[in-house]
Amino acid sequence: MVSTQEITTRGKASDVEAERLARVEAAAYRIRHHALNMGEVQGQGYVGQALGAADMLAAVYADQLRFRADDPGWEDRDRFLLSTGHYAIGHYAALAEAGIIPVKELETYGSDDSRLPMSGMSTYTPGMEISGGSLGHGLSIAVGAALGLRYQGSGSRVYNFLSDGELDEGSTWEAAMGAHHHQLGNLTAMVDINALQADGKTDTVLRTEPVTEKWQAFGWYAQRVNGNDVGALLAAFDNAAAQAAAVGRPSVILCDTKVGRGVPLLEDREKAHFMRIEEHEWQLCREQLTAGFEGKAAR
Amino acid sequence: MSTATTPKLKTSAMIASFADPGQKTASAPFGHALVKAAQENDKIVGLTADLGKYTDMHIFAQAFPERFFQMGMAEQLLFGAAAGLAETGLVPFASTYSVFAARRAYDFLCLDAAEPNLNVNIVGGLPGLTTGYGPSHQATEDMAIFRGMPNLTIVDPCDSLDIEQAVPQLAASEGPTYLRLLRGNVPTVLDEYDYTFELGKAKVLRGGRDVVFISSGLMTMRALQAAEALAAHHVDVAVVHAPTIKPFDTATVLAELNTDRLAVTLENHSVVGGLFETVASAVVTAGLGKRVVPVALPDEFLDAGALPTLHERYGLSVQRIVAKVLAELG
Repeated sequence: MVSTQEITTRGKASDVEAERLARVEAAAYRIRHHALNMGEVQGQGYVGQALGAADMLAAVYADQLRFRADDPGWEDRDRFLLSTGHYAIGHYAALAEAGIIPVKELETYGSDDSRLPMSGMSTYTPGMEISGGSLGHGLSIAVGAALGLRYQGSGSRVYNFLSDGELDEGSTWEAAMGAHHHQLGNLTAMVDINALQADGKTDTVLRTEPVTEKWQAFGWYAQRVNGNDVGALLAAFDNAAAQAAAVGRPSVILCDTKVGRGVPLLEDREKAHFMRIEEHEWQLCREQLTAGFEGKAAR
Repeated sequence: MSTATTPKLKTSAMIASFADPGQKTASAPFGHALVKAAQENDKIVGLTADLGKYTDMHIFAQAFPERFFQMGMAEQLLFGAAAGLAETGLVPFASTYSVFAARRAYDFLCLDAAEPNLNVNIVGGLPGLTTGYGPSHQATEDMAIFRGMPNLTIVDPCDSLDIEQAVPQLAASEGPTYLRLLRGNVPTVLDEYDYTFELGKAKVLRGGRDVVFISSGLMTMRALQAAEALAAHHVDVAVVHAPTIKPFDTATVLAELNTDRLAVTLENHSVVGGLFETVASAVVTAGLGKRVVPVALPDEFLDAGALPTLHERYGLSVQRIVAKVLAELG
């Protein structure tokens, strides 16, 4: 027989989880909204990727990452390394959502003299830890950062965001071996599997599956989730955190995502590295995004 | 054919010393210098790509096992991880062979360390023609490759003294560096001159009325030997040692070149893109109109073989330098 006290505690726990879920989903909505605004100013850009990865970025910045918005270089921060430089549009939106850069600044994305170049660079943007973009670099840098933090006795964790296209690069697997060899339990990789690369669908460019088994074979604690299901993402992060240790297994969360997620108009459009969006469609995209978010919130 | 009439063959070796018989040498100067620097600076860490024993990094690994990170035969990881270590405030020294540093993992040094101007120090073994293993291991164009990389400091030391004095300065300097490593029993030459290594500086080792040598790396040792040999031919030779290839000490070198003396550059590197072209561009930029004669490796993939054979074949030996200078002087 379950006591009243237990039921109340469970109720509170589920309230906390519901609030957590709602907070991250709302952050993901705003990241998507920011990305559409940035895409409209630029007239192009990697909007489809930003929409697809928004839930992953929201889970990191609204739930996982330890940082100080007013002090991006805070020594004890967790590190989020964006390997996939062209996802900067989504990352800038997340940095604005986190309060690290002003929302107003997002409209300068990709413009002359902006701190927000099309491909993310550490020398330009507060909160951008590395200069990604030459794909397959991030995980190697993350290995060094995780080693360096651990050697210096820091409890900070390192998160590396990479895309499934970067699994083509041999350097990713050099780093995967290195992380396992050095037992970097303070390292979490998150792979955006949108099954799309510059030249087409991933399985037509270079087959990377079976992805989960590959990471497992490299000694990682691997989980594969729907990367557009915030609840599943948070559960995966919780599992990864439960595994985390200064000396232990590195963790990877393999996230299946949908390019253009949250905007039906774009979800159904033919997928391309650069998604084509007409001038008159941006407002429609925003309306669809908001309707979807509010409809879900109402349920 | 009897064995008595068979001449003993000269054989190639992966790690061949270029020290002359009986020459004063120091053992593993880089490894010992790194240990000394690390005793004074607890931020210094070391890493290698399965070449610790062959780049003298093993000395550091033995002294500071907790500060040494083995990356395996994975040079892209080596440079990326070095950048990551530097991002956390450490001062990494990462060693591999020069061929792998320059050819195989360039993008990782360039974008992960040089673009953010991190204090990442690359140590490249077997620079230029210091192994008889052929093009797979002969980094004859490493300086040419690296000179185009913004922010990167390039040092081509002559001897053990240069290396000992360079290591702490590389650690103290901001930004990425590349050291052309001489490993094993390394000649000690410069202690006989009024000389100290200063990052970014060229130094006049000896004066001379007829010829001026501008040299770097182990070719400074050969330049000094050639200068002695040329004295017997009544040719008075000045030697200027320019171990920092980038940023280059243009002022010192141009002041020495702006005379009527025969000007010769000497380098353990291809004639393309190394010391000769560094000096030549400085001369042209200053409008000196001065002829400069290069002693350098040819723009070719070089032969495999024994090091003395190859140095003679490609013009790096003292004998070949002397002959070239005498021919130039007519």
